[in-house]
Amino acid sequence: MGSSLARAGREGGGRPRVRAHPVLGVTDRPMGEGLPTHPVHRHTPSLDIIAAPMPPVSTSSSRIIYDALKACGVRLISALPETWLVHLIRMADEDPEMTLVRLAKEEEGVGISAGAHLAGVKSAMLMQNHGLLAAVNGIVSCAQLYRIPLLMLISHRGSFGERDPWQTEGGGVTEDLLHALRIAYQHLEDPLHVAHRIAEAQTLAYSSNKPVALLLCRDLMWEP
Amino acid sequence: MTRLEALRAVYDKLADRVVVTIMGAVAAELQSLGHRPNFFYLQHAMGLASSMGLGIALSRPELSVIVLDGDGSVLMNLGGLTTLARYRPKNLLHIVFDNESLLSVGGFPTATSTGSDIAGIARAAGVPRTAAVQSIDEFSRTFDEALAARELTTVVAKVEAVGPSGYVTDLALLENRFQFQRYLKSAARTA
Repeated sequence: MGSSLARAGREGGGRPRVRAHPVLGVTDRPMGEGLPTHPVHRHTPSLDIIAAPMPPVSTSSSRIIYDALKACGVRLISALPETWLVHLIRMADEDPEMTLVRLAKEEEGVGISAGAHLAGVKSAMLMQNHGLLAAVNGIVSCAQLYRIPLLMLISHRGSFGERDPWQTEGGGVTEDLLHALRIAYQHLEDPLHVAHRIAEAQTLAYSSNKPVALLLCRDLMWEP
Repeated sequence: MTRLEALRAVYDKLADRVVVTIMGAVAAELQSLGHRPNFFYLQHAMGLASSMGLGIALSRPELSVIVLDGDGSVLMNLGGLTTLARYRPKNLLHIVFDNESLLSVGGFPTATSTGSDIAGIARAAGVPRTAAVQSIDEFSRTFDEALAARELTTVVAKVEAVGPSGYVTDLALLENRFQFQRYLKSAARTA
């Protein structure tokens, strides 16, 4: 079933090239284009508030995570791009055995994974913690109401070391939210425990018929 | 046309297909015609019936999947139309019953009552086949053509804002869910 599944899941049309980000390497949208400029108090903000260069997202850790998902039998991944997930999404896109579903909003991924599960296909969701916030109603009133095992890999933005001001609110509520939703979770911080923890998370998801979460942490996702 | 009339017109054609419905009147009315193990009723999570249908259709390309959606639910997940269009599974038929209202919570008018055009939105999102129909004859014919076309189709059926007197039936949510999963598993063995 694997190969026909993957073929069925390929996108119908072409897609635009992503642009190189001056710091992060790859981003999904042009930066700073089309912004209105004020005629009087014009100010060009500096990009050099934090001078130290950022390390790149870890290809090797991404590979370990991806291989662990494959080893668990995951054959469908839904995802919304974010910087920490670029390699994982690329690996899924390049793998003929994997169906990658690129979402408009993370909540869709809950429905897609629920459908895949009932249809006998193991899946995983890749999202940022703000994507978790956007998916809450689907998690509660689809996955939890209908007892769907849901394997969620969530990049844990906004914790210590975060440089993007816009990520800092979500980081502070992510674990509280998981507790409130009674979703079992663990952190992925060290390449050595990634495969084991992903396999155990999936095992619990299936034995309990419930969502589980793995928080992808900075120490794992960035090159040292 | 009422939604119940439209459902009755195509009911026999749902027999060997995978059917996912939204909550409320669609679920209750389809059950009133006769529940089958290949019918799943997503009784909450408005907007995600089409996403569930996409997940099933991509996972099981050998099965014919029909989603019975509504205007209120589609409007809660308009981005989902772009995802449907992006992967455009040939085995998915997306029916939207548009009664221009949120009937099950008191009949408040939706944006389709003031001109928003779901078939037009689906077409602009990239769904390869779309149609908007007003009558039972048109609906039945469009339904058959869509199944024969073997291409992702969104059919918007304008229906009256009338429904059943209640929405809770004696089919428990989890009973429906596990029965539906077993149906899909057995469908694999016969395929």
